[in-house]
Amino acid sequence: MSELSIRNLRVGIGDKEILKGVSLDIKQGEVHAVMGPNGTGKSTLAYTLMGHPAYEVLAGEVCFNGVNILDLEPDERSRMGIFLAFQYPVAIPGVTVANFLRTAINAHRRSKDPADKGIPIPEFLKMMRQKMEMLKMDPAFAGRYLNDGFSGGEKKRAEILQMAVLQPEIAILDETDSGLDIDALKIVSEGVNTLRGPHLGVLVITHYQRILNYIKPDFVHVMMDGRIVESGGAELALHLEEQGYDWVREKVTNGTAQ
Amino acid sequence: MEKSPKVVIRSDRHQATPAQEFMLRASDVGLNGRESAFDEYRANAFDVYRALPFPSVRDEAWRRTDISQLRPSMYEINPDDEMSEMDTVPAALLDPLAAEKHAGQIVIAGNSARVELDKDLSGRGVVFGDLERVAKSYPDLMEKICGFAVKPNEGKFAAVGSLARRGTVLYVPKNTVIEKPLHSLLWATGSKRLLLSHLIIYLEENASVTFVHESASAEDPVNSILHAGIVEIYVGNGANLRFVELQSWSRQVWNFTHERAVVMAGGTIDWIFGAVGSKLTKNFSDLVLQGAGATGRMSGFYFTDGDQHFDHDTSQNHLAPHTTSDLLFKGALRDASRSVWQGMIYVAPGAEKTDGYQSNRNLVLSKNARADSIPGLEILADDVRCTHGATIGKIDPEPLFYLASRGISKPEAERLIVEGFFDPIMERIPFDGVRTRFYQSIHSKMSPLP
Repeated sequence: MSELSIRNLRVGIGDKEILKGVSLDIKQGEVHAVMGPNGTGKSTLAYTLMGHPAYEVLAGEVCFNGVNILDLEPDERSRMGIFLAFQYPVAIPGVTVANFLRTAINAHRRSKDPADKGIPIPEFLKMMRQKMEMLKMDPAFAGRYLNDGFSGGEKKRAEILQMAVLQPEIAILDETDSGLDIDALKIVSEGVNTLRGPHLGVLVITHYQRILNYIKPDFVHVMMDGRIVESGGAELALHLEEQGYDWVREKVTNGTAQ
Repeated sequence: MEKSPKVVIRSDRHQATPAQEFMLRASDVGLNGRESAFDEYRANAFDVYRALPFPSVRDEAWRRTDISQLRPSMYEINPDDEMSEMDTVPAALLDPLAAEKHAGQIVIAGNSARVELDKDLSGRGVVFGDLERVAKSYPDLMEKICGFAVKPNEGKFAAVGSLARRGTVLYVPKNTVIEKPLHSLLWATGSKRLLLSHLIIYLEENASVTFVHESASAEDPVNSILHAGIVEIYVGNGANLRFVELQSWSRQVWNFTHERAVVMAGGTIDWIFGAVGSKLTKNFSDLVLQGAGATGRMSGFYFTDGDQHFDHDTSQNHLAPHTTSDLLFKGALRDASRSVWQGMIYVAPGAEKTDGYQSNRNLVLSKNARADSIPGLEILADDVRCTHGATIGKIDPEPLFYLASRGISKPEAERLIVEGFFDPIMERIPFDGVRTRFYQSIHSKMSPLP
């Protein structure tokens, strides 16, 4: 059973400290949601877990399968089984979705077996078609340049498609609901739910509770000013939806005052 | 792709240039008499060659390509009795690139030429062979087709290139459609060698041909070669030429070419350039849309590394109404290499309803590499549509991180981005074999230098 274990993680960008000691454990099979107002460090957490070079780790560790992944390059983390669905997926002009997916799959295969010859094309095409069907994607999508001219909904679906193809053990969904209308949100959520299971741990990072109506979390955490200040079950998300974040903020301020 | 403004640096170079001159006598290039039109053409070229100075950075067309380090006197024409180099031609260069099989192939290696042509084609009046031999066998034809497009007085290298005895001639009579491609290979070995070549492709009315021409030489860290080449193309009324030109010289070659394609009414040329070799290349490629409704497409792929320097000077000349040109040149650069592209669209008075497009995109992969891109328009007609664009970009960190987050290592991510950058060029190439060659070039250029 794999587990992503975040211990006292402090992260800065430039001179500014954004994460001020975050601890969190995500096991395979669990769905965690991290909620919080804008600018509290949620996306910094997502990028740092994936190894974005702009974020500097000041302290703490992130262990995955017994390895401190903070020492690893982003591509190594991916090949270990960590996945980040980007809030703003990046366009790669001239590289088709199919070519990109095959390159990524083969990179994963080769890291497990250096002698691997790559996924046979018929097997790859069959697998890609299946996953695209699951996400109600037009087969022509495979021939389009990755994220180039995609609508918001297409980008997010393409992220989940990559997740379905790469089959990570831990997936971080960074604001996957942003920019989606309700239909697209349903499709994306259904996709994630299909992938849910004992082998997948999910960290849903979101500003709004809306996505959690579709992807039911086992645990909800509230992040504020670079710290996780409140944790609970799915009901915490509903409570936040009704009450907003002010009560948490007050609680934190009072707590600090005491 | 990040776009940064084009930077053109002017610098005064008043360094004393040692006198540059070839050590070339008339006998070295086999000039004896002016009996045939071909003799006359070459004898005239010899006079022009002697009269013209070497270009320097003070000449506008050569401003960004400094050849003051070139010592032309080092280079000599191969003696007539030199051993054949045919045995040294790598087998892989003989493979067809544009189809399963050729209709004909000519290999020029040193002083020897080897020609093959499907029998039925020679029966239909197709002439395909070595320049000097065609001149001997078909003097009248040669008078018509030799020197019609490129004139020796266009420059020192045009003049010296016109002295070539070796080269390829393809003449296709009216209404002749050649289904399978023709292939020519110009192969060179040796050292301190002055190599001259002349390629003529002449398509009469409604003829149709695919032609692949490759220049290549053996990699040799010491010895160098100077190549001066002429390419003349005529696409008659309603004729159709697909012309692929691959420049795969070794890194010791100084390469100078003057190329011009003249397209008559309703004719079409699809002109594909792939440049990966040579130490320095200065290439003039002109498209002349001479007849109404003529169409030309020019697609360029180049990749420089090490200290390579490529300078492609293109022009799209619209001389008649309803003519269409479409140029896309894309290049990647690494190490301390350099590329220059300067392009001109010219629309003559009266060439109405003309549609001209030119675009040059560069991807600079290291901080010491530099690309210059200089588009130009000169429009003397009223009702035309001409557009151009030029960009110089580099690989951004965000796509690299995105690809890395999917498990793709940095070198592989860079290769993927570079392949993606070239995709619009690949899409314009209808030949699998040529595309595969370009992908192989990308792969080898992106591997560390040996």
